[in-house]
Amino acid sequence: MAKRVKFKLNGREIEAEEGRLVIDAAKDVGVEIPHYCYHPALGNPGNCRMCVVEVAGAPKPQISCRTAVREGLDVQSDSAAAKRAQASALELHLVNHPLDCPVCDQSGECGLQDYYMKIGQYQSQVRENKQHKDKRVEAGPHVMLDQERCILCTRCTRFVENVTKTYELGVFRRGHAERVELTPGKVLDNDYSGNVVDICPVGALTDRDFRYKVRVWYLDKTDSVCPGCSRGCAVSVHTNTKRPWHNDGKRVARLKPRYNPEINGHWMCDEGRYGFGSLDRDRLGRVLRLAPREEELSWDAACAAIASELRGGAVAFVASGMLSNEDWSAAKTLFAGAKFYFTPEPDQIGAEDALLKRKEKVPNLKAAEALGLKSGSFDELAADLDAGRVRVLYVVERDLGRIWGEERAKTLVSRAACGVFQGPNACAVSEAFRYRLPATAYVEESGRFTNFEGKVSKYEKALEPIGSAKPDWEIFDAIRAALETSGKGAAA
Amino acid sequence: MTKILTKHFDEATLHELATYERLGGYQGLKKALAMAPADVTAEVVKSNLRGLGGAGFPTGAKWGTVPPTDKVPGPRYVVVNCDESEPGCFKDRVLVTRAPHQLIEGLLIAAHAVGARQTFIFIRGEYQNQYDVLARAVAEAAAAGHAKHASIDLMRGAGAYISGLDTALLETMEGKKAWPRQPPPFPTVAGLMGQPTVVNNVETLSMLPFILREGGEAFAKIGSAKNGGTVVFSVSGHVEKPGVYEVPMGTKLRDVLALAGGVRGGRKLKCVIPGGTSMPPLMEKDLDLALDFDAIRAAGTFLGAGGMIVLDETADAVEVAHNIERFLAHESCGQCTPCREGSFWNEEILHRMLHGKATAEDAPNLARIGENITGKVICALGDTVGMVTRAYLQRFPEDFKKRVSSNG
Repeated sequence: MAKRVKFKLNGREIEAEEGRLVIDAAKDVGVEIPHYCYHPALGNPGNCRMCVVEVAGAPKPQISCRTAVREGLDVQSDSAAAKRAQASALELHLVNHPLDCPVCDQSGECGLQDYYMKIGQYQSQVRENKQHKDKRVEAGPHVMLDQERCILCTRCTRFVENVTKTYELGVFRRGHAERVELTPGKVLDNDYSGNVVDICPVGALTDRDFRYKVRVWYLDKTDSVCPGCSRGCAVSVHTNTKRPWHNDGKRVARLKPRYNPEINGHWMCDEGRYGFGSLDRDRLGRVLRLAPREEELSWDAACAAIASELRGGAVAFVASGMLSNEDWSAAKTLFAGAKFYFTPEPDQIGAEDALLKRKEKVPNLKAAEALGLKSGSFDELAADLDAGRVRVLYVVERDLGRIWGEERAKTLVSRAACGVFQGPNACAVSEAFRYRLPATAYVEESGRFTNFEGKVSKYEKALEPIGSAKPDWEIFDAIRAALETSGKGAAA
Repeated sequence: MTKILTKHFDEATLHELATYERLGGYQGLKKALAMAPADVTAEVVKSNLRGLGGAGFPTGAKWGTVPPTDKVPGPRYVVVNCDESEPGCFKDRVLVTRAPHQLIEGLLIAAHAVGARQTFIFIRGEYQNQYDVLARAVAEAAAAGHAKHASIDLMRGAGAYISGLDTALLETMEGKKAWPRQPPPFPTVAGLMGQPTVVNNVETLSMLPFILREGGEAFAKIGSAKNGGTVVFSVSGHVEKPGVYEVPMGTKLRDVLALAGGVRGGRKLKCVIPGGTSMPPLMEKDLDLALDFDAIRAAGTFLGAGGMIVLDETADAVEVAHNIERFLAHESCGQCTPCREGSFWNEEILHRMLHGKATAEDAPNLARIGENITGKVICALGDTVGMVTRAYLQRFPEDFKKRVSSNG
């Protein structure tokens, strides 16, 4: 434990860990000192000179990202002199900045704009022509680079040096001709490339997937958890509902990592970041009985019908790690006595690395394990179906076609006397079931995922469900209620 | 006048080992090697030797900040800063060409004092001839058995002015972009490859053979208070006899000018840049200033590396400021924003002023910009960017005013 010491910030006495950077200690007590180059995960090169503060006894202004807290330190971050120094640093940042905010995708979340409103607001004295550099560099599949907007804070180059160790970006040339460029022969296509967009304080690095789709001030931000793998990175879901005609009509505009020191730190992988594309594809919104002929049912009617099917026993429950803790818990109760199948098949297994990516590409197998649920193998299930030993096949958010192949899956599903498919999206095989129930996607419900280390994270509801979709656990509970009103539990 | 470094410059073959040894060379090293390292440092402290690369930091005190091996284990290094790039400075070039062994002897003494087994001479890339002379001298010294306690390797710069700054020099040596580091830690604690490293200038190290041979007190006696020994000025500009002149610390500016033959053609003196273009100029009223680090500092400028540029009445302050700012903008490493953008901005404004487009706001704006740069940057180059134009503005406001009124 480091020693706690007292120091003064803007005349206020504050206690902090000895040696903690003043910029961090100030943030801890709600004082934001302007900065561009400093990033807690990428170090403090001290090149932007924005975080200048007055330190009593120091002959000249100090930068708070390189000043350590010590007993009796007396810091002024909002004195006239400190503010003037911060404003002048900002002015110098803007000497060669193109000020093309109206066409810049960073507008609304730009460090230059934010600090100009906060500490700048001066009349420009620049009468000279600005430097011209490359404005449209395709840095990689996900990232565009505009060298003119760049303020050379080196966050991105430090990210590819220290975090991914892939070195695709560097600062080349010298002085005012200096620019961030691709390392000769390299393309910014590492598995974490999207993070450079997040850490870029200005519009120099923008997201090719997101740019020009919707202005950021129209977006709503909701705390969520990435369902892309069993890491369960904390993310923020940025949704576009205020301007539905923007963003090609898609409701989710982008995912951004959310700082969580226990799970993902500041980062997320590109696979998770850009993995939301299929979220609204082939959405299920109606409660349907598909056979013998298609017919829309009320939730009550569907639950009663399914309850009576379940009463006959010989139930196989197929799910995946997409279920929330709440879903797993409700499923365990409803399907007590049924056989469970959720083990990840090759379609849910992918690459993993030492940074964040895990090989199980579903978020929540751990909760099933914690509840003591055991999964049978899908080969076993296929054999049971084939032999007519399964009467009710209940599938939640799992495309059997990706396990058995579309044709075989359809045939096997038809062997069960009654098939129930439940999920947010239709799949190739979902037409082969008798009942099809619409469930909410993770962004339309709140719940919890338990990651591979057993850490539980909550995700919040970001969007309204489509049609009459309900969370899986609510459907399970409604079926259980239907079972109980008829006085009998689901049989084995 | 007493000379130390240039005393034997009349010897045509001083660069050869035999001549150097005949004139008492390597006696200081011999004496140093017989002493305990701490005693060598004590002798240098006694000498009042100051860092002659520009900063004027007491050399003995600098060595004293190298931590003991039980605190910071691993190798120690000594690096010679021979990246002489300051416009107006050319004394290291002469010292290396004429007396390479004097430097090598000094380097080997320093290595013994700080416990370095490896030393490096970082020489600017443009100094091809000097490199050849040094390479030959190093081989000679090694063959004669002088470098048994420490190796000497030569490294060549790639042309960046900023590499002459100690921490940028170390970055360059590590194969990186020449971006200055921000102390602390200082190089003597964490320098080359993170190990304690003493970076000393050519002239500083060249003084050591004398100090060890004749004693620190003898050296201190030559100079002024707290400024031991001599200093080598590179005198250029509007003088009759530009060249390298060695004088004791504390010599009057008037006398240095006299050595160089005075202002050319009997013209009136405008100002004297004392230490290389980065330093604000001294004025005619300063002619009786006794030149040493502290006196020049008190007069509002710096001794720097002794690159003395004399300007006569025909010089125009706007042209001079533009010339210097253009150089600084070209050589700014680009790491920190105030210097990178400020040097560009200054140069552009001054360029516009030179081309008949000055406005009344330009001078106050230049002063304001300068104030916003100096003291708010990573290294001394940035401080200079903000300092130079302001110095000329303050000393020669009429030259700037003239530009505005001449617009018509």
